[in-house]
Amino acid sequence: MSNVDVILKEGLAALDAVTDLVELEQVKARFLGKSGALTELLKQLGKLSPDERKTAGATINAAKQAFEARHNEVRDGFNAAKLAAQLAAESLDVTLPGRGTTPAGLHPVTLTLERITSLFATMGFEVADGPEIETDFHNFQALNIPENHPARAMQDTFYVEGGDVLRTHTSPIQVRYMLDHQPPIKIVAPGRVYRVDSDATHSPMFHQMEGLWIDQNVSFADLKATITEFLRRFFERDDMQVRFRPSFFPFTETSAEIDVLDEQGRWLEVGGSGMVHPNVLRNVGIDPEKYTGFAFGIGLDRFAMLRYGVNDLRLFFENDLTFLKQFN
Amino acid sequence: MQFSEQWLRSRVNPSLSTDELSYLLTMAGLEVEDVTAAAPAFTGVVVGEVKECEKHENADRLRVTKVDVGTGELVQIVCGAPNVAVGVKVPCALPGAILPGDFKIKPTKMRGVESGGMLCSGKELGVPDEVDGLMLLPADAPVGQNIRDYLGLDDSLFTLKITPNRADCLSIRGIAREVAALTGSPLAAWDIAAVAPQTDSQLAVAIADNAPCGRYVGRVVKNVNAAAPTPDWMKRRLERSGLRSISAIVDITNYILLEQGQPMHAFDLGKINGGITVRMAAAGEKLVCLNEKEVALTPDLMVIADDQQPLAIAGIMGGLDSGVTTASRDIFLESAFFQPEAIAGKARALGFGSDSSYRYERGVDFALQTEAIERATALVQEICGGEAGPLTETVGQLPQRSSVTVRTARVARVLGVALAAEQIAAIFTRLGLAFEQNDAGFVVSAPSFRFDIEIEEDLIEEIARVYGYDNIPADAPVAAQTMLPQPEGLRVRSEVRRLLAGRDFQEIVSYAFVEEKWERDFAGNANPVRLINPIASQMSVMRSSLIGGLVDTLAANLNRKHSRVRVFEIARVFHKQADGSVQQPEVVAGLAHGGRVDEQWGSKAERVDFYDIKADVEALLYPRMAEYRKAAHPAFHPGRCAEVLLGGAVVGVLGELHPQWVQAYGLTNAPVLFELAVEAVEQVGRVQLAPVSKFQPVRRDLALVVAEDVNAATIQLAMKAAASAFVRELALFDVYRGKGVDEGKKSLAFRIVLQAADRTLVDDEVEQAVAAMLAAAQAAGAVLRA
Repeated sequence: MSNVDVILKEGLAALDAVTDLVELEQVKARFLGKSGALTELLKQLGKLSPDERKTAGATINAAKQAFEARHNEVRDGFNAAKLAAQLAAESLDVTLPGRGTTPAGLHPVTLTLERITSLFATMGFEVADGPEIETDFHNFQALNIPENHPARAMQDTFYVEGGDVLRTHTSPIQVRYMLDHQPPIKIVAPGRVYRVDSDATHSPMFHQMEGLWIDQNVSFADLKATITEFLRRFFERDDMQVRFRPSFFPFTETSAEIDVLDEQGRWLEVGGSGMVHPNVLRNVGIDPEKYTGFAFGIGLDRFAMLRYGVNDLRLFFENDLTFLKQFN
Repeated sequence: MQFSEQWLRSRVNPSLSTDELSYLLTMAGLEVEDVTAAAPAFTGVVVGEVKECEKHENADRLRVTKVDVGTGELVQIVCGAPNVAVGVKVPCALPGAILPGDFKIKPTKMRGVESGGMLCSGKELGVPDEVDGLMLLPADAPVGQNIRDYLGLDDSLFTLKITPNRADCLSIRGIAREVAALTGSPLAAWDIAAVAPQTDSQLAVAIADNAPCGRYVGRVVKNVNAAAPTPDWMKRRLERSGLRSISAIVDITNYILLEQGQPMHAFDLGKINGGITVRMAAAGEKLVCLNEKEVALTPDLMVIADDQQPLAIAGIMGGLDSGVTTASRDIFLESAFFQPEAIAGKARALGFGSDSSYRYERGVDFALQTEAIERATALVQEICGGEAGPLTETVGQLPQRSSVTVRTARVARVLGVALAAEQIAAIFTRLGLAFEQNDAGFVVSAPSFRFDIEIEEDLIEEIARVYGYDNIPADAPVAAQTMLPQPEGLRVRSEVRRLLAGRDFQEIVSYAFVEEKWERDFAGNANPVRLINPIASQMSVMRSSLIGGLVDTLAANLNRKHSRVRVFEIARVFHKQADGSVQQPEVVAGLAHGGRVDEQWGSKAERVDFYDIKADVEALLYPRMAEYRKAAHPAFHPGRCAEVLLGGAVVGVLGELHPQWVQAYGLTNAPVLFELAVEAVEQVGRVQLAPVSKFQPVRRDLALVVAEDVNAATIQLAMKAAASAFVRELALFDVYRGKGVDEGKKSLAFRIVLQAADRTLVDDEVEQAVAAMLAAAQAAGAVLRA
């Protein structure tokens, strides 16, 4: 065995024996350092003949490469182990909840309101709004409900000092809108309304939404189509049966209650509708000969109840977080 | 309006089941609210007559009877009822009968004696009466007849919700007329003959000029037996219409009201002094009504008076003293038409009404009075005897029925379905509407019983109703396509809500009427908008702030064991103005209480504070930068409250709840709240891009020491005013107290970022700019920290 082989064997054995990177570098210095064993061999090459030098040089270089290769292998092993240890130490319990807060949510009536107004927006209905303390004119008279009209008894009214009322329906919004705009008019008007009534199915404050479409040739057929389309989209039931039933509202003529057939086969009343009474149009300065249109009103709380399976209206106004957070 | 299906079918009997009839009425606008059976189902019960009645030999309380059930053989039945006796006619359940509750009747032995059936009480048949024991049938009840037939128990009670326009359907006559029109079934009219007078006794009737009485028909009937019993058939019809039998004559007037729709009144003739005048009441007059309430009459009430005093409030209620009783001998019948406008609203004002006022204010057929009184007279004579006087009719101002034009083309335009003139004509004919036809359409005269046909649209609705709403198509509307405006500079409500929900505020909805105390405590409002008729005293004023509702919601949820509560509401509030008008702006308000975040492993448990909520307010207003000024507000801690200003105007407030309210409202510790005008939150403005500089920014920090009571904003605003054009950012990034800073002072660290759009800044420029800002800060009281 040549001297080179002996040194290489010794070097490889030393590499295999190291226990850490510091030792590894010491071993490297011992063999490849300035006065390392292999380095010394290289220094002596000059003393040889050119032919010998070539052969011996190749042998020594091969040994050097073998040593370096093993050195790198050992070093990489140490580095990999070190990284693995670091990663193991840094490992997290990924099942712990995220830091900070989770979002809260909107009231179920708001969810319903926004859903309905956005459905109507797709058909070009804009949202309108109005005051909640209303004048007798806007809440009643303009809507063809004169004083002492029996229809006033249908709506138990809250009065405020001075003779104004808490609006009993969202219909005064259509009055205000029509006073300010000429047709075509296409609006929905959601809001809080008030009636003197309180039990499991009545709240003294509740939510309604009014819809109004006035143009040159808006007909009862359009009313039926619009409302049927809305109900099917809202309840996501393409085959939902909707029926229009003759009724009476002072502000519409050809009036209809709106019923839907529920999954138990019962007809549920979900709103009122009709062709806007010519007196109402005249009261707001729209010519009923030129324009026709329909209006409808629905109870937003009732729609929320039907949609989410709420059976007591009062839950909407108790603001119990356990109830409300279910809608988040 | 409640009525018996049998009664209706005695006049019009379409081949429809009860359910079908109910659907027909509902779909014609006479909504059927309820249909109930007159009696529960049972079978095998007949009219029986007790022929023999012996004591049971083994039981004191039982009797052994022999009952004739019409089979030719007497049936032996053991019976324990106290009122069983020879000769009584009673319902008898025979073997095979099934009584309500699936109770099967079989031949049996009772204490050793054969019993071939059961004699029944009303309760056992599901038609309870007031008798203790067996149901006693009239002596003329036909033995052997099925009791259901005899008592008419295969009947349904319909309850209709009649809308105010359809007063014509507040009677059997009216509903029958409507059913006949809708189905084409023949209508059995009443054959009402005039009663020939047997006495010439009569009362003079006058209608005052200003009394809105259209017609007053009266008749004296002498020598009646007012104590005669009401016949069972009449009692049954009244009861199935929800009216209790009172006395024969009162029952007859009620019967006419239900059958014909004509309210009637019967006076005791002996109590009337002189003649009858229909007039307006005089101030100061009083009347004790049939309901025993004394009414101070007002000149807007019409009365029926004799020569001395008011006897009745016309169309609303009779007087207690002058009304017929079972002791009356001579009576005076009234059948009148009062103008709807004269009665409308009066019952509400009086606090009581009657079946009469309900009909009068909606409109009674003004051609009906004579027929109704003739029919009533005939019934009085049939039941109570007596001699009728001549009929007196006094006519005042009757409603005018103008003709109404309806255009065939307009019908098509409004309904969206083209109906042929013949179809429309056929509908009018069925409804009994007289019309003349021309090229464009029809000229229709409304009958006296319809008060809701005044304009073309009224007739269009009638056409639609009879044609059937179901038959009108519902094709998708055709309309001009337009897009809705979407102002980019506005943050719509739904975005405001979602922004708050995203910051962990739960939306609530609370009542707009609140306790007056809340207004004082939380809004310092001694003069809120008050309700005249609140539903409860703690809901008596309209709120001018949402804070009360939020605090209340917090308290309620703390009670429900929620320790961390973050809620918000968007609603209108109500501010009374000096001139009495009310401003109703929308505001958004929020409340946070408890931990900054939900109790959790990853965050320190820290209570939410003023600066957390301030961040929420800043987010709501972002990108607009509001100014915050220390403020005094009744709801809040005086040292922890700020008003929020945009463009110099106050748009809201935020603060920590005042410790006194924390205690008074039973809270564990102080919540932090904000309230902002929605109008302010909505305005976000549209982005206008500023040039993006390619040159290096330079950052300089300044630590400035100020007295503890100097606001950071004061220093910052002073520096901002002195900033040169290339100061891009000036921000406070640290507040330090402690070592190196004297007691009673604080150090504010500002970051200044400088950058020019067109070049790299040279040192001199930077140093000068910073020096200018430092000088401004020093002028405002700050000292550069050593």
